Amino acid sequence: MYKNILQTIDHVAIWPLISLSIFFVFFIVLLWWVFTADKAFIDEMSRKPLQDGSELNHDAEPLNL
Amino acid sequence: MELEKIHYDNKIVKAFIIATVIFGIVGMSVGLLAAIQLFYPIANFDLQYTSFGRIRPLHTNAVIFAFVGNAMFAGVYYSMQRLLKARMFNDSLSWIHFWGWQLIILAAAITLPLGMTTSKEYSELEWPIDIAIALIWVVFGINMIGTIIKRREQHMYVAIWFYIATFVTVAVLHIVNSFEMPVTLFKSYSAYAGVQDALVQWWYGHNAVAFFLTTPYLGMMYYFLPKAANRPVYSYRLSIIHFWSLIFIYIWAGPHHLLYTALPDWAQSLGVVFSIMLIAPSWGGMLNGLFTLRGAWDRVREDAVLKFMVVAVTAYGMATLEGPLLSLKNVNAITHYTDWIVAHVHVGGLGWNGFLIFGMLYWVIPRMWNTKLYSSKLANLHFWIGTLGIVFYALPMYIGGVVQSLMWKEFAADGFLKYQNFLETTTQILPMYILRAVGGTLYLTGVFIMTYNLLKTAASGKFVANEEAEVAPMAKVTSTGGNWHHVLERKPVLFTVLALVAVLIGGIIELVPTFLIKSNVPTIASVKPYTPLELHGRDIYIREGCVGCHSQMIRPFRSEVQRYDPKGGEYSKAGEYVYDHPFLWGSKRTGPDLHRTGGKYADSWHFRHMLTPGEVSTGSIMPAYPWLYEQQINKDITASMINALRTVGVPYEEGYEDRANEDLDKQANRIVEGLQLEGLETSSDAEIVALIAYLQRLGTDIKLEKVATNQ
Repeated sequence: MYKNILQTIDHVAIWPLISLSIFFVFFIVLLWWVFTADKAFIDEMSRKPLQDGSELNHDAEPLNL
Repeated sequence: MELEKIHYDNKIVKAFIIATVIFGIVGMSVGLLAAIQLFYPIANFDLQYTSFGRIRPLHTNAVIFAFVGNAMFAGVYYSMQRLLKARMFNDSLSWIHFWGWQLIILAAAITLPLGMTTSKEYSELEWPIDIAIALIWVVFGINMIGTIIKRREQHMYVAIWFYIATFVTVAVLHIVNSFEMPVTLFKSYSAYAGVQDALVQWWYGHNAVAFFLTTPYLGMMYYFLPKAANRPVYSYRLSIIHFWSLIFIYIWAGPHHLLYTALPDWAQSLGVVFSIMLIAPSWGGMLNGLFTLRGAWDRVREDAVLKFMVVAVTAYGMATLEGPLLSLKNVNAITHYTDWIVAHVHVGGLGWNGFLIFGMLYWVIPRMWNTKLYSSKLANLHFWIGTLGIVFYALPMYIGGVVQSLMWKEFAADGFLKYQNFLETTTQILPMYILRAVGGTLYLTGVFIMTYNLLKTAASGKFVANEEAEVAPMAKVTSTGGNWHHVLERKPVLFTVLALVAVLIGGIIELVPTFLIKSNVPTIASVKPYTPLELHGRDIYIREGCVGCHSQMIRPFRSEVQRYDPKGGEYSKAGEYVYDHPFLWGSKRTGPDLHRTGGKYADSWHFRHMLTPGEVSTGSIMPAYPWLYEQQINKDITASMINALRTVGVPYEEGYEDRANEDLDKQANRIVEGLQLEGLETSSDAEIVALIAYLQRLGTDIKLEKVATNQ
């Protein structure tokens, strides 16, 4: 039944092809970028949470261990 | 470079944290009540406002949107300011967001017990509240994007991307799933019907889990875990891949909630394939979180914050492996409609969301009050009691789910079902329901211990409403170069648009063909719109939350067809639901499926059963519905109901709304007369009469077609 439904949609065959191409291209480009990214930049970004400019009590140990 | 002095707004974070703790306690207590009702029906109190069908959505909404929602905003407001080195864009917007969200929660807490519900899971709130949610969500979005624009960090850290994806996707999901036609101020009908409604709802439902319970919490994991461990994230590269693959793939997986239903096969297969693919990014993220602790595992032994976070991330990994496995059709055939699914969502909710929230609170409150945690012993006690709570919750539900499912499917040597009475399979697992409530009690006890500890902590310090920070102003961008992703991270608006596109592609390809089906699906000629009385009955069915325990979707298995339609032998067909606004397929069978219940029992059976379920079916855990015999249906809105349904495509002829009440009275009188013959007195306007009319109609149209073809 569903085959008939799909066949009546114009050019339905192109849909999965378009989606596959989008996925393929996007992830290839993403992986290419990720693995060629500048190491210094990556290191800097990974430290972002640790640099917030506040001096406030950042190594608070519990009162009662 | 000259440093600039700025102040982070802690006050708004404090407000969201207080709301988190309060609604956490409320939401979990309501959950515990619902759990107790399932083995001790007296706990429904024979009161409509506290019966299970209305309490369950109150629990899910309170926990998801009030507890996890407020904690999300607390985490986002705290981490975003620090990651972008900027105070929130506008303090007034922050407070409009806060109070707006709390008002929405209040509205939910009032309307859900009153039975005002759309019945679509996690989207139960009625249309005026839907509009309020959309507006407040936009306020949150403006505040967030505004902060990003005035940031003093050139590049956006990965947590910010997760927050952006959360904002745009939840907006899209909420708007698309909330298309509904108002009937009265607090009643509406879904614009979609049957199969379409189911697909849109589970596209929403699945992605609400993805983009409300997962992506913002992943952003928080990428911020708070490195902070608590005091070391950089294990692999920033992996986090980039994690982000893009997660938002690209998640949106496609919704149909796995509808396997073996009347949803077209291609959509089911799409859901399965993408669900399996999701294992990769989810586990990439989990490992990235756990590896961040490399070299700090000794601290995990002492530090309750890290303990909570490790279990949270592990629970994320377990739930995101379990989810795809449950999406395999052969596994789903056994697990769907059972308590296994309840266990699955609670591993996610209690483990991932709950424990990440607790870890964050234990970390952030001493810092915001410039003090130290009052007691790490109590925090560790909370950790252990909470972990035990999860185990005691999940294990009985896994066992109960499998036991019950196998009982549903077991055939005796004579070829008939071994357990023909559904109730036998329910009473069999009641001990598991009791154990589950023990688990819930343990978990909730932990939350009370935490509340005490956090209050004592706050009392020992002084709240820093505006936290001073010295930051460098953002350097003027001189280089326009760098590769494309560098450029992207500098342009938040473009980034937001691209994230939206990534999400929309999946949504559109999944939904559009199903909308085109509307004109193509072979309809069943004998399926006709509901009569006015049945419509009123259906609205009562929706109001009482019957869908929380009863499905209306018989899957094409021999065991299900034999159980639910032994004479007709029909499983549920897509064409039978074309006038169902909203669909009521359900997702859990605490009681039997009702799709072929029409004509199965006498009207008098339903009349007695709804009043005293435990007497009609000995051992039944169904609540009693005495108010249905006293309250009357509101015939004044019959015309509006017909008009609203016609607007969304149900073919009632023009002018029928004026005659509808005549038909209603005729049908009601017939039922009342029939009941009188058996000595049962009731008024023809009583709600029970309408409900009986609806139940007797369920799944009968297809039988008329058989009669027609045979003649």
